[in-house]
Amino acid sequence: MTSMVDIHRAHAQSHKRGLIAYILFIGLLVFVATTTKFDAYVTNILMQAVTYSVAVMGLTVVLGMCGQINLAQAAFFGLGAYAVGLGTVDYGLSFWACVGIGLFIVLLFGAFLGTSTIRLGGHYLAMVTISFQQILTLVMINWIPVTHGPDGVSKILKPSLFSTPQSYLGFCVVVLAFVGYLVWHLPETKFGRAMRAVRDNELAAGVTGIDVQRTKVIAFAICAFLGGLGGCLFAGGFSYVSPDQFSFAESIVFLTMVLLGGVASPIGAVIGTGLLILIPEWLRFLKSIPGLYLAIYGLAVILIVLFMPDGIWGYISQKLKSLRQVMRFSADVPELELVQTQAHADDVLVVKTLSKHFGGLKAVDEVSFAVKRGSVHALIGPNGSGKTTTLNVLSGLYTPTGGTVVLDGQDITHAPPHIRTSVGLGRTFQNIRLFRSMTALENVIIGGEREGNPVSSDALAQEERARAALNFVGLGDRAEELVTAFSYGHQRLIEIARALAGNPTLLLLDEPAAGLNSTEKMELRDLLKRIAAKGLTILIIDHDMTLVGAVAEHITVLNFGRCIADGDPVSVLNHPDVVTAYLGSDANAAH
Amino acid sequence: MDLVYQLLFTGIGIGSVYALVALGFVLIFRATNVVNFAQGEFSMVAAFLMVIFAVDLEWPYWLSLILSLGGMALYGALFNLGVYYPLRHRTYLPVIISTIGASILVTNSTLALYGPQPQVLSNLLDFQGINLGGVFLDSQYLLIICVTAVLVAFQYWFFEHTLLGKKLQATSQDKEMASLLGIPVAAMIMITFIYSAMIGGLAGILVAPILFVSIHMGGTIALKAFAATIIGGFGDVAGAIIGGLALGVIETFGAAYVSVPYKDGFAFLVLVMFLVFRPQGIFGERVAEKA
Repeated sequence: MTSMVDIHRAHAQSHKRGLIAYILFIGLLVFVATTTKFDAYVTNILMQAVTYSVAVMGLTVVLGMCGQINLAQAAFFGLGAYAVGLGTVDYGLSFWACVGIGLFIVLLFGAFLGTSTIRLGGHYLAMVTISFQQILTLVMINWIPVTHGPDGVSKILKPSLFSTPQSYLGFCVVVLAFVGYLVWHLPETKFGRAMRAVRDNELAAGVTGIDVQRTKVIAFAICAFLGGLGGCLFAGGFSYVSPDQFSFAESIVFLTMVLLGGVASPIGAVIGTGLLILIPEWLRFLKSIPGLYLAIYGLAVILIVLFMPDGIWGYISQKLKSLRQVMRFSADVPELELVQTQAHADDVLVVKTLSKHFGGLKAVDEVSFAVKRGSVHALIGPNGSGKTTTLNVLSGLYTPTGGTVVLDGQDITHAPPHIRTSVGLGRTFQNIRLFRSMTALENVIIGGEREGNPVSSDALAQEERARAALNFVGLGDRAEELVTAFSYGHQRLIEIARALAGNPTLLLLDEPAAGLNSTEKMELRDLLKRIAAKGLTILIIDHDMTLVGAVAEHITVLNFGRCIADGDPVSVLNHPDVVTAYLGSDANAAH
Repeated sequence: MDLVYQLLFTGIGIGSVYALVALGFVLIFRATNVVNFAQGEFSMVAAFLMVIFAVDLEWPYWLSLILSLGGMALYGALFNLGVYYPLRHRTYLPVIISTIGASILVTNSTLALYGPQPQVLSNLLDFQGINLGGVFLDSQYLLIICVTAVLVAFQYWFFEHTLLGKKLQATSQDKEMASLLGIPVAAMIMITFIYSAMIGGLAGILVAPILFVSIHMGGTIALKAFAATIIGGFGDVAGAIIGGLALGVIETFGAAYVSVPYKDGFAFLVLVMFLVFRPQGIFGERVAEKA
């Protein structure tokens, strides 16, 4: 057995070796790019491939990692290019100052588009980015005093440091290499995991403490930024820019590039860009018939989406992965500890006259109850009694019509899901919501990375905590497997581990026994008892009376959205109203 | 004052076209939960079919109209089979991308076949129009407004009072439940695509004499129609119609009083304003995912 620290040291070593190899490889590329004698045509093609690749990597981030669409990458590319073009030619600014201004403008537009529309979801974003693209093209063509209109901007100077085309090309290769390195490592960072979580399951991402909107806006801004950066480099490389180079069609070309190469990785971006710049050069004769060339692009997009959804690099890396063995982990991990915050009050959760109406339907009608610190509290009721609606109001997925919810002394009635999580709410879902493209370990790490978790946010501590949580539910030795490889019952355990890693003050379990077989139910019951023994407060919603009866110390019963009984299990389960609600009333005895 | 009425009439006329295309948008969106980014090409393709039959082949208008709409029905069916149906179990993102690909493919194939010169289609009716106290009511605009009104009435009757209409509604609300009740969901979606292609096509044919018939007409119309659905409230049929009319009027007045080159920009401006300040549109539909 080795310790976690040793294993991390080994990881860091191999990472360092990889970095050195990468730097050497880039050094070689730069050497070739600057010293080999290319004719101007080849230099131009290479320049285009390198600058486009930077912009396409922006799409890798927003589309591949975060699952959001951007159909205006050519517009961002154009903003960067025009900033350099107009700045150096008309205003006599230095190249570097123009790059700075260009990136600032691009970030501003990216953040504005993102904040205004991203909360509305994919279709809107697609349309709004198209609209932005069209408006920008209109402005470039019609605002002649500033943009020079359809004639474009010519005689753009390169920076004096890299005044020859090939030295400038070398510079662009270095920028691309740097961007590629960052994008390559992005998925393993906290923010990268947040983006992938949002892509896989937005709802669960919010509930595990990720600020979904912020994550999307930042991803979108990164994409715009890289688009602008590519455009800045492009303008310097070609010394001429015009509106038609940054039209909607070019945005589609960018999109095709990232899809063809593979959206998941910067390598895919480079492959896709390289191919789509070279292939048209080989097929130049197609350009003699206007439209034919773009028609083939359109067809290619459909065919890629239909038959090669992961792109070329996705296909290759899949093959490579199947050759490699999954590394099994065998290190000592300390036992899971659930640190409890300082007690503000006796009751962890206080719900007062909570209501949720859907039109005329009162799904939850003035329900009040309190969950005592350290207790296992059950919320039960027949189908349609308002249990799940109550839970969704508690976790912030629905806004209540009336009433208040106080968690650990803080009013969270109107807080969004991720804020509730930062206050200390953890939850699982009746229909499991894991991040399906990730391993069990990554899923649980995301749970631990919530704001306000008393565990150190250091990567090593987080991984250790996640492994401890997986060990606690009995799945520690399968941490590196993809969650989709687990059985339904085990996936539920991973969900519980994900919530536990975040050190919640209150754990909400939404029908944890649903769909489990009898052995799994027994295991679940034991697990809940072990969690309760650690002092964690649990609010459980379930139909399964044997489970509820075995673990709960306090039961609240709902029927038709109202609270009909509240107290200890024995008295509640014998309460006449509860018996009536579950078994129906005896028609003869009534009246 | 006459100018205001004149602009209002023109705006409603052009807005009717947006409304028709928006209607097609909404129908497909409700049936498949996907925004079809090749919706505008329905109009463009139909207009080109009309040019082929009525101008190039010089066949009578009524025959060309029937053939064009028949062609659109076939096109809608092929579109469903090639672009949507194979992807129906994937998330919305691949479907969006695939419809965008289809849009590029169709637009540029048309360009390759027909060249970049805009084609001209003359008015469908023989008389020029009516002069009503200083306001000239162009026959083509009158025709557009009448056809739109009739189609909207027909659609209302169809969805609310026929069994097929109700099956289509059931499919759009809950596919799983609909299929459990024995409704052939795949066939319902096919019908939706065919119908949507036909009304989109009709809009294209109606507007063709006003605009030129060009490969770009589809993209422009689709964006306007999308803006119209946002204004009205996404997924709402009445909202799409009112949004379309409103947009037509705004745009016409904008072009007359503010700026002609930026005429197409007004739609986007209105779109962004709505997205920022009232994303649920006038008739507000709020979509919440259930846990």
